[in-house]
Amino acid sequence: MTMALAGRDKYEAVIGLEVHTHLMTRSKLFCGCSTQFGAPPNHNVCPRCMGMPGVLPVLNRKAVELAIRMGIAAHSEIASYSIFDRKSYFYPDLPKGYQISQYETPVCKGGYIDLPANGGEPRRIRLVRIHLEEDAGKNIHAEGASLVDFNRSSVPLVEIVSEPDIRSSAEAAVYLQTLRAILKYVGASDGKMEEGSFRCDVNISVRPRGSDKLGIRSEIKNLNSFRFVENAIEHEIDRQIAIVESGGKVVQETHLWDPEREETRPMRSKEFAHDYRYFPEPDLPPLVIDHTWVDEVRAAMPELPSARRARYMRELGLGDYEAGVLTAERELADYFEAMLPGLKSPKTAANWVMTEVLRRVNESGRPLAEAAAPAAESGALLRMVEDGKISLNAAKTAFVEMLKTGKGAQATIDALGLAQVSDEAAIAEACDRVLAAESDNVAQYRAGKQGLFGFFVGKVMKSMGGKANPKVVNEILRKRLDG
Amino acid sequence: MASELNTITVAAAQALLRKREISSLELTRACLDRVRAVEPKLNAFINVSEREAIEQARAADRRLASDGAAALCGIPLAIKDAYCTRGVATTCGSRILEKFVPPFDATVIAKLRDEGAVFIGKTNMDEFGMGSSTENSAFGPTLNPHELGRVAGGSSGGSAAAVAADECLAALGEDTGGSIREPAAFCGVVGLKPTYSRVSRYGIIAYASSLDQVGPFAKSVRDASILLRSLAGIDPNDSTCSARPVPDYERALTGDVKGLRIGVPREYFVEGMQRSVESAVRAALKQYESMGAKVDEISLPHTDYAIAAYYLIATAEASANLARYDGIRYGLRVEGANNIELYDRTRAAGFGAEVKRRIMLGTFALSAGYYDAYYLKAQKVRTLIRQDFERAFERCDLLVTPVAPTTAFRIGEKTTDPLTMYLSDIFTISVNLAGLPGLALPCGYDENGLPIGMQIIGPPFSEENVLRAGDAYERAGAVERRTAKV
Repeated sequence: MTMALAGRDKYEAVIGLEVHTHLMTRSKLFCGCSTQFGAPPNHNVCPRCMGMPGVLPVLNRKAVELAIRMGIAAHSEIASYSIFDRKSYFYPDLPKGYQISQYETPVCKGGYIDLPANGGEPRRIRLVRIHLEEDAGKNIHAEGASLVDFNRSSVPLVEIVSEPDIRSSAEAAVYLQTLRAILKYVGASDGKMEEGSFRCDVNISVRPRGSDKLGIRSEIKNLNSFRFVENAIEHEIDRQIAIVESGGKVVQETHLWDPEREETRPMRSKEFAHDYRYFPEPDLPPLVIDHTWVDEVRAAMPELPSARRARYMRELGLGDYEAGVLTAERELADYFEAMLPGLKSPKTAANWVMTEVLRRVNESGRPLAEAAAPAAESGALLRMVEDGKISLNAAKTAFVEMLKTGKGAQATIDALGLAQVSDEAAIAEACDRVLAAESDNVAQYRAGKQGLFGFFVGKVMKSMGGKANPKVVNEILRKRLDG
Repeated sequence: MASELNTITVAAAQALLRKREISSLELTRACLDRVRAVEPKLNAFINVSEREAIEQARAADRRLASDGAAALCGIPLAIKDAYCTRGVATTCGSRILEKFVPPFDATVIAKLRDEGAVFIGKTNMDEFGMGSSTENSAFGPTLNPHELGRVAGGSSGGSAAAVAADECLAALGEDTGGSIREPAAFCGVVGLKPTYSRVSRYGIIAYASSLDQVGPFAKSVRDASILLRSLAGIDPNDSTCSARPVPDYERALTGDVKGLRIGVPREYFVEGMQRSVESAVRAALKQYESMGAKVDEISLPHTDYAIAAYYLIATAEASANLARYDGIRYGLRVEGANNIELYDRTRAAGFGAEVKRRIMLGTFALSAGYYDAYYLKAQKVRTLIRQDFERAFERCDLLVTPVAPTTAFRIGEKTTDPLTMYLSDIFTISVNLAGLPGLALPCGYDENGLPIGMQIIGPPFSEENVLRAGDAYERAGAVERRTAKV
């Protein structure tokens, strides 16, 4: 993150975000083509999404349902009547010369996203709207030629527009994380930024602290990682403060974030000076959503992150921080819950997920399902620890091995010989051997050098290949040395 | 007899084909012979698909050999070049689509293929349907079969002329502001614009989406009824298409108009209209009265604003509909140093003057700062016009009007003055704005022997009534149908 310039304490930033995210439908918004990412160029196309003459759009019901889900999760009003509009501009990746979007009547109006308190003040970010629209294709510039891939053309998007309620880059990042988690929870989006399915435009202005007037804002377009959003906001706050401090005026303009140079640059006026000439799309009837449909969607809604977090604290006795980490991503929370059956301590499972599981995810950079052994097997390992059959270290070793071999917990423990020895006779025998061999040290211990206790434990453990139950080793050594 | 098969009606052909007295191949060959004979003079077709037509006719004959063949099996039809036809060039009368071959069929084309219809070829039209004379075609004007110095009307002039000149038994057109009815009147044939949403628009190249409607040209009202039944009906590919069941329109043709209340809008008999047109329509109204109908004058007070509203709404929609012709994916491309230059050059070279005029008009009407004054106001006028009709239909069942203020004008007569040309549609445009069915049928000839058309307008989805009234007039036989001179 760039260093804040002087003047930060005198000004506050006013930030609104526009988030575009692909909806996880199997087919496109206005035709039956697949939405699958990564297909060969122009594979998932048809006359409709190629903008052939005479074609007409047919609305995907599932996309509307996902938008409704998102609206319910964000406490928005679901519009019983909304219409689609044509947004006109020329670009090679826009096959019809217009994008079908929603202008004056979005499918969801208002609403808000509550940001987790995380020790500070809880914050509520209000939403202006959520609307449905189709994506464009993708221009590819290669070897002096410009090519267009229309696989993405007409893939459904929602645009989620916040009020300018965000006050810092860090808060913007928390908002985006919270929003993405909700989108993933309700199954609306996979939130994969690297595949372009989650993109963000930032509106930002600065004003003297205490003022309630809005300053002149600039727009930063097409940020596709949380880090870029944070960096771009930091950079833009400094830039605007510097202008105001030197007596200048911020110009309302659109900037592009250059991730390599870590700065924003203004787009040429040609790049954004559009008159989109919105008008109602005559090829689609108005979108009418009745109460029954909304009620059905509401009834089928999954538990949202905030509710899940509260439940973990209330029912499982987890702390605020642990519950927050576990529920940040739906997959992680699902993983955690799948470990619980048969376990005595949810806390152990929580620690396991937050250390062992997240470490694998972070180290591999892969999705949870690929980075870690299945949750049921993780649960089985922890049950063995609880039953004293293996040590926690053995569980960790087995966990890494299981991912390599794909074998189950028990099979891996057996194969690696990690099972713990709790047989008192065997351990007593080992203790006696060690104490006999270390008679000098035993004498020193008895003379008052209490610190040597751990040394004896280590010797015993080593002599048993690390498999002895440390609790039993401790008990026997105490008896022999102190008894 | 074989040489005159091309002159018979669809109804007659159906009977002869069913009885195996003729074959579709004979019928098709008769049409193709006629095409070869008259096309050099008329230019009704942009594309004649002789080989495919013969193949389709043979296939139809095989189907006709067993019972249960569909209504239009083996019937030779001409198709306006605005309909996407899989594997067959579809130009919409434009250079920009000169080499465009659609990979798919329009829904109505697929329906007709399923029935076993025979496609003689693709007919000439004003570029993208923008015109009233077919003089705006990139492929030269279509001439009127009744007098070659006259226009065939437009935009579906090719289809009207092809039917009038017996190059096919019937044809398909598309009507945005009169593009079926006006050429039908000019060429002396029957043309029907159905209720908006009655027929699927999927695969019909769009001019103005909220106004465009597909319909038939035919030699009789009965034939138009037969065609409409095959064309109409719900289409999952067109979200604006009506789910209403499709009636058997032919069964509605009882010949009975007793007690029918006919309204005559006084605004449709205007100063400066051709006297023989007015007297022919008035004579037809007398004919209806003599058959037991009740004729009353009514008023459609917002008629004067129809053309202005139409030329804002239609052009606004067109400016977006035609944005896809950018030289990127299909059709004409003229290379440029960058995207903007490529668009500029492609569209400058690909579109004709009238299309450019309307794209600019529509772009202007939608522009920031003008939207409310133009597009939005035009939509309000449209509502008023629709309400005019609703009030009129509280008092009467149908309206009867002339189709156009004049008969076919001379080639070149109006090309220099677009506004005069726009007035040719003064009696047909309101029907599109209100989404109503309108039937054009011949009701006489002027002093030059040129056909005069009468228009019957009904409330939404009243095609059975409209067609019954048209058929009853035809049966009364007050006007003998003259063969085109060509």
